[in-house]
Amino acid sequence: MYSEKVMEHFLNPRNTGTITNADGVGEVGNASCGDIMHIEIKVNNDVIEDIKFQTFGCAAAIASSSMLTELVKGKSLAEAEKITNKSVAEALGGLPPVKMHCSNLAADALRKAIEDYRRKFAKEGA
Amino acid sequence: MRTVYLDHNATTPLDPEVYKVMEPFIVENFYNPSSVYSRSRKVREKVEEARAKVASLLNASPEEIIFTSGGTEANNQAIIGGAKANAGKGRHIITSAAEHHAVLDTCLRMEKEGFEVTVLPVDEYGRVLPETLEKAIRTETVLVSIMYANNEVGTINDIKTLAEIAHKNGSLFHTDAVQAAGKIKVDVKDLGVDMLSVSAHKLYGPKGIGCLYVKKGTKIESLLTGGGQENKMRAGTENVPAIIGFGRAAELTIERGTELENHIKDLEKILREGIKERIPDIIFTGHPEERIPGCVSVCFKYIEGESMLLLLDQRGIMASSGSACSSKSLKASHVLLAMGISHEIAHGSLRLSLGKDNRMEDVEYLLEVLPPIVEKLRLISPLYQGGR
Ligand SMILES: Cc1ncc(COP(=O)(O)O)c(C=O)c1O
Ligand code: FES
Repeated sequence: MYSEKVMEHFLNPRNTGTITNADGVGEVGNASCGDIMHIEIKVNNDVIEDIKFQTFGCAAAIASSSMLTELVKGKSLAEAEKITNKSVAEALGGLPPVKMHCSNLAADALRKAIEDYRRKFAKEGA
Repeated sequence: MRTVYLDHNATTPLDPEVYKVMEPFIVENFYNPSSVYSRSRKVREKVEEARAKVASLLNASPEEIIFTSGGTEANNQAIIGGAKANAGKGRHIITSAAEHHAVLDTCLRMEKEGFEVTVLPVDEYGRVLPETLEKAIRTETVLVSIMYANNEVGTINDIKTLAEIAHKNGSLFHTDAVQAAGKIKVDVKDLGVDMLSVSAHKLYGPKGIGCLYVKKGTKIESLLTGGGQENKMRAGTENVPAIIGFGRAAELTIERGTELENHIKDLEKILREGIKERIPDIIFTGHPEERIPGCVSVCFKYIEGESMLLLLDQRGIMASSGSACSSKSLKASHVLLAMGISHEIAHGSLRLSLGKDNRMEDVEYLLEVLPPIVEKLRLISPLYQGGR
């Protein structure tokens, strides 16, 4: 059912956990099945210097979170924002159709974390 | 790699003793049991012997057994055939919220045929309380279908009392005993039911064969029309090897008596206690006493079932879950939800079901493998405070 890449990320998820004094935090829940994804980022000069995730969900959700963190670590915020659930799923070598929504979680949580960072940053700048 | 099968409620391995008696009827004795020549008549004899063995397992008479393609068909036959043939009494059907889909969805389908369906709630353990049935039953209730033992949590219903309530009202009573037969005593006379479904692959027999017990004198309509087999109740040339296998599986079940039940109960006790000792924040589901042996249904807080199953599979352990993510429909188990368990808790559901070939080493292996898996998933869960 899952590609080798999905299984590999699921079995050895990268960048799990939280960041002390994170610059941005994003959490989303999944309406389809009730899962939760939590992402924290550390930003320096508009670049995602560090990213960590926590996921309450299936293997596809865990692998998507893990893959997402790999895709955006070291990338600029502008580049990171371009990541979609589709690019996450593609990087994983595809997901079964019923599991596509799991990769939405990852992209959405990241976007929220970036929004959160921008909000905080704007406040500090004011 | 070591493999440990802990999913006996899903299906059981075919007993080699059963396969031995089936084999000659696959290639060698291929004859149609309805033909007139002597070789066919021999096959017919074997089919009837098997029927007698299955009847004996259920304390029924051979004429009361209709072979079907399994538990699903038996349930369909009982509900559709029983309700339609007796619709003169009324067009109201009662079932429960914890039924297998083969019962629940079949009852709901009858709504399209002009029947009204009441789905009874169950208590926190998954039981239908007699007073709930008493309140719901009416003059027009033609059929009540309530399962003997639940496939997900193992809870046993008080069928005898429930059947009495139905009969006082003049309604037919059917029970899905697919998870009971082979695990606990199933005596149709003692239970007092009109119809009862059994599936062979849950008692070390072959898949695709089962039966519906229909008490003598009960009017039912057949689902299939055709060659008049099974006393005109189930048209189609008999699945001879499967029927013969089912007969042998029933016979072996009788021979084993309570020996198997005791063996499985011993293992189950150690399994439950071991999990409780090693893993915090868990909820055992199902009735603490009134349940079939070998079924351990437990929810681990903060984590999801499909990920648990895949990590267990990596270590050769096979089990199942009622989590939304592990289902095709992305819906959490309707049984757990009907018992009042939240979506979030149902997410972490794991069902381990023991069988006759499991040994203490299997339980020990599970107890060694499971705690680190739960811990690993909890550490990456946003709900687990211990991980922050
Ligand atoms: C309670 C219950 N009823 C019915 C069935 C269906 O039986 P079968 O697989 O033989 O169609 C099952 C097995 O999955 C079951 O557990
Ligand atoms: S997170 Fe529920 S199906 Fe993937």
